[in-house]
Amino acid sequence: MNFDDALARTIYERAALCRAFEEESFRQVQKGNIKFPVYLSAGQEYAPATISAWLERAGVAGRQVFIQHRGHSTYLSFGGDLDKLVLELLGDERGCAYGMGGSASIHSVEAGIYGHDGLMGSHGPIAVGMCYANRKPTLCFTGDAAAEEDYFLAAIGWASTKGLPILFVVEDNNLSILTEKKVRRNWEMDKVARGFEMAAFDLEDDPEQIVARLPGAFERPLLLNVRTHRLFWHAGAGTDSTDIFDRHKAFGERFDAAYVAEVRGRAVKTVEESWQRNLRLCAK
Amino acid sequence: MAEKSPPLREVIKETVRHHLTVENGVALGQCLTAVGWVGGTLPELYEDGGMVEVSMADVAGGGFAVGMALAGRRPIYVIRYQGLNWLNAPSIVNYACKSKEIWRRPCPMFVRSIGMEGAIGPVAGSSHHSLYFRMPGVKIFSPMTPGEYRTVYREFMAEDEVYCVSEHRGSYTNTEELPDLFHEAPNFALFPVSICRFAAKQAAEELAQEGIRVAVHHVFRLKPFAPSREALASLSRARAGGCVLDDDYVDGVAKALAHDLAAATGARMRVLGLQDRSAGFAARVDNLPPNKDQIKALVRDAVGKH
Repeated sequence: MNFDDALARTIYERAALCRAFEEESFRQVQKGNIKFPVYLSAGQEYAPATISAWLERAGVAGRQVFIQHRGHSTYLSFGGDLDKLVLELLGDERGCAYGMGGSASIHSVEAGIYGHDGLMGSHGPIAVGMCYANRKPTLCFTGDAAAEEDYFLAAIGWASTKGLPILFVVEDNNLSILTEKKVRRNWEMDKVARGFEMAAFDLEDDPEQIVARLPGAFERPLLLNVRTHRLFWHAGAGTDSTDIFDRHKAFGERFDAAYVAEVRGRAVKTVEESWQRNLRLCAK
Repeated sequence: MAEKSPPLREVIKETVRHHLTVENGVALGQCLTAVGWVGGTLPELYEDGGMVEVSMADVAGGGFAVGMALAGRRPIYVIRYQGLNWLNAPSIVNYACKSKEIWRRPCPMFVRSIGMEGAIGPVAGSSHHSLYFRMPGVKIFSPMTPGEYRTVYREFMAEDEVYCVSEHRGSYTNTEELPDLFHEAPNFALFPVSICRFAAKQAAEELAQEGIRVAVHHVFRLKPFAPSREALASLSRARAGGCVLDDDYVDGVAKALAHDLAAATGARMRVLGLQDRSAGFAARVDNLPPNKDQIKALVRDAVGKH
């Protein structure tokens, strides 16, 4: 499958919605409308936006998605309902996890998204078990820290042993809260996965790089370690640095300015309207 | 005359066979198809028949089982020694047991947690059902008879809950049901759990020869714990109160059940289970469940003081 302009635009528009959502969530945290820890995924939009767009283009049906705690962008990219996510962040029982999931444990039955229980990396073995049981195309998104969990590594090993149709996506932002990867370990996930006899690649969150590695996914186990750039704090509304590389800005430079402005305007309007609508709903 | 039941071992084996061959279920665990087929409780089936050998990664194994449950395969997850639950239980109690409440996605699974003891050390010995007991979203049973096992499986298939089934290898040869033992005016009432039920029955029979009337109310539904009205009335009549007997440390199921019984009846309750120390392998340092002599001594003491 070629990485053509239509696919690039689909990815960009999806990522723009995710970015607008996280920026608005940032503001809602500051306003005090979100009353529990929020894990914003700004800077990590391109793995889920690219992979979800590619799956649709490739006609992969029946996929099931296991989501990590920093998962707003994954939820939105894979078709989770925007209003239900807003309601969930407001703690409302009409939310996507019935007001029980907060930011970290969102899910969607309709979109085939399975929630995260809060134990780091626990969804790795669960995704593998489900994939084993029904052999459906399975995606497991995780962070670089959760992937260090012993049971997550064991799950990769068993998925390889059984040749399951599963794609592990390690969203590698190099940080566990603020502890850098080099402090925690001297190895890389793609090398570990290859040690388990699994196809694995280490790449930037550049959509072209990601798409280049996806053909053959779900015909065999595959792991992509995608290097991302978390823009905001581990939890809550704040920034750790002002000079973090921004993939969204960089990827937008391939399009003309009018299109970029139009996409951003549409995404911001959609998100703001959803927040206002649902804030009013919850105030009733 | 009722037909005699095959031993519990055979009942479990046929239950698993039915689950795999008729119900499209799956069974998984470590070293299932090796020598012994887990105490003879598994049918000789392999992966293509639904009997799945997982790697020796205990924590991940619990997660694999949860995933299979999410897929609707109603896994029977075999944990060969109950102490291994310390590694296997995290995803079961934190995901499967909570999934229905948090996400309205049921995750029904049947955890076969197998106890044994005697010369097997600090982890593999004893029952550890208290480990699950404190968590929400789980039903806990300890069937020791063929009829109880069939009941538990039938109920499991009729609903969408997580079942923790605390088995004990010492019961596998049992062919008999264990009915409650009532007295008009009992001196004492025992509420035995797991393998203690056999010792409690023996103790009550022998104490009867001494003129001490001991009611025995078997507990195989640990959670939710809902003693029958008849059992509560019996405990209320027992002048010296009662005791919960367990094959686990008493700081768990035993004390919780004793509390509920005391709260419901006002009876003075005691507990007897494993001693509060680690078990060694040698006989002199082992840590075994209450035997009939220890139970008799406790009852004599309680009745004598009253």
